[in-house]
Amino acid sequence: MTAAVEQRAASSTGSDWLKSRTVKRFIRHRLAITGVIMISLITFMCVVGPWLLPYNMLEIHIRDRFTPPLTGDYLFGTDEMGRDLAARLFMAGRISLMVGVAAMLLSTLIGTVIGLVAGYFGKVTGTLLMRLTDSFLCFPQVFLLLTLAAFLQPNAFMITLIIAATSWMEVARIVSAEIRSLRERDFVTAAKISGASHTWIMFRELLPNTVGPIIVAATLTVAKAILLEAYVSFLGYGIQPPLPSWGNMLNNAQQFLDTAPWLAIVPGVAITAAVTSFNFIGDGLRDALDARSDMP
Amino acid sequence: MTRVLTVENLNIGFRSEGRELPVVHDVSFTLEAGKTLALVGESGSGKSVTSLGIMRLLPPPPQSRARGKIILHSDEDIDLLSISEARMRRLRGDRIAMIFQEPLTSLNPVYTIGDQIIEAIRSHRAISARKARERAVELIDQVGIPDAAARLTTYPHELSGGMRQRIMIAIALALEPEILIADEPTTALDVTVQAQIIDLLRRLQAETGMAMLFITHDFGVVADIADRTIVMYAGQMVEHGQTEAVLETPLMPYTSGLMRAVPELETAGLNQGELQSIEGFVPNPASLPNGCAFHPRCTHTLSGICDVPPVPFEDAGNGHLVRCKRWQSILENAE
Repeated sequence: MTAAVEQRAASSTGSDWLKSRTVKRFIRHRLAITGVIMISLITFMCVVGPWLLPYNMLEIHIRDRFTPPLTGDYLFGTDEMGRDLAARLFMAGRISLMVGVAAMLLSTLIGTVIGLVAGYFGKVTGTLLMRLTDSFLCFPQVFLLLTLAAFLQPNAFMITLIIAATSWMEVARIVSAEIRSLRERDFVTAAKISGASHTWIMFRELLPNTVGPIIVAATLTVAKAILLEAYVSFLGYGIQPPLPSWGNMLNNAQQFLDTAPWLAIVPGVAITAAVTSFNFIGDGLRDALDARSDMP
Repeated sequence: MTRVLTVENLNIGFRSEGRELPVVHDVSFTLEAGKTLALVGESGSGKSVTSLGIMRLLPPPPQSRARGKIILHSDEDIDLLSISEARMRRLRGDRIAMIFQEPLTSLNPVYTIGDQIIEAIRSHRAISARKARERAVELIDQVGIPDAAARLTTYPHELSGGMRQRIMIAIALALEPEILIADEPTTALDVTVQAQIIDLLRRLQAETGMAMLFITHDFGVVADIADRTIVMYAGQMVEHGQTEAVLETPLMPYTSGLMRAVPELETAGLNQGELQSIEGFVPNPASLPNGCAFHPRCTHTLSGICDVPPVPFEDAGNGHLVRCKRWQSILENAE
């Protein structure tokens, strides 16, 4: 019963959604709200920031090389070519966040469809699909990612595809497990009795019942995707300079770690802030969507 | 009377450990418009399997296999066992509807009542959302739920068990099916609600003229609703006749045993008689006893007669059929 209440709240579009217990629980979750505020700030700065700053991210001011943060017009200082670090950080944020969100959408889509089909049909189809999922999980993700990145042309689009291709498995397993228990429920039999097709049952009857876990997994996937993009770009296989990403800014910074530490600290803090925020939001959503956390 | 469904020699077997176990043997009956046929029996007697067989919702071959004929009489006769799955899907819900035991879990928790009724209508009929909505309100009203229009936006968890079963009935009736299969629709409800649901089904049947196949193990319900009754045991029909005849003069010892196992208020309260159970269990379909399937549990068994096949399904007069070799002598002894 309470699960139904939560499911309802999760998919409710009515005017009373602010009063629903799920939303209340989420708002009470301090870390999650902190995460939401931080992500909103980061996103806002990445979207609007570059227009507010006096310099373009590619403008070179050779006389102002290695200016420390909060000096003159430079909010976060400059790098070894005198480019404004703040402008670069915000532009990099656009790319990193976009790659993260796009990879999440794509991997959630792949994972959901595979999990849904595997869980619903079970038997041979399900076993084949889930063993495929397991075999993908056998590879250490970073190596898989680097191997693919080494073969393919590194640009934002490719990196998104590669990250999605290596991170859909978790969602697939979550969805498949959920569907396997849901498909035995009576409302599925009822749907069959009223003449529903397999596709209808899968997408219209079962899928809406798994929205909660999918949302949680998707949120955590954003965090993972941002980290992976940073990782690959740091190693030089990802987003290529002069286009900045949080990862390749770190790569650049390592040779100046002792003379200009802010070059590493600024993008490092950005990555950490974004990733932890998404993780907080994911945890908050998990607790909010789980009716059991209401019990004393 | 117009016949709407004829079941002829329906045999259903399930595959288990490499061989086929027969769970329904030679079941034959007809459903008539506006009439109710009850299928009665213990758990495991094959009554639910029969109903799922008619809906073709058993696991596909080779896991289960249905033989015989299930003929839906409409403009032309359609043998449900030989048509394609796509065609069967169009008939399900439209021509043959079904409600079952678990009203608490039969509705999808994430959709409103209105969405689910409207979806049931629009999945088979090309009508506008507005028309479907009007029809949904009409249906909710028809199944006796007050303030129908406001109910459209409620979710299943906001309704009681009885209300949810009414909604299931509304969904089943949405397309005005010729046949409604009700598989123990009142078992999960409490007694007062049971009576309301039975009344509702009777009223709706009178209004729409649909045929009903009513599956139950409760003779009280049978007396209330059924025109004809079939008693099933171990996958066979063991008694079949007009409900009054079956209830007043049960010829098969199994039927009378089942009836004695129903608790009654008078006997329980006044301590006049003990509740009798039938000893033993329904036999495993893998090892049915020889001859009459019921003989190992029967108090009238005579060896040499009851354990020798075949046991014919005999007419005891007025279309009252019984599968018992000793029904005549048992009847005489009783008198």
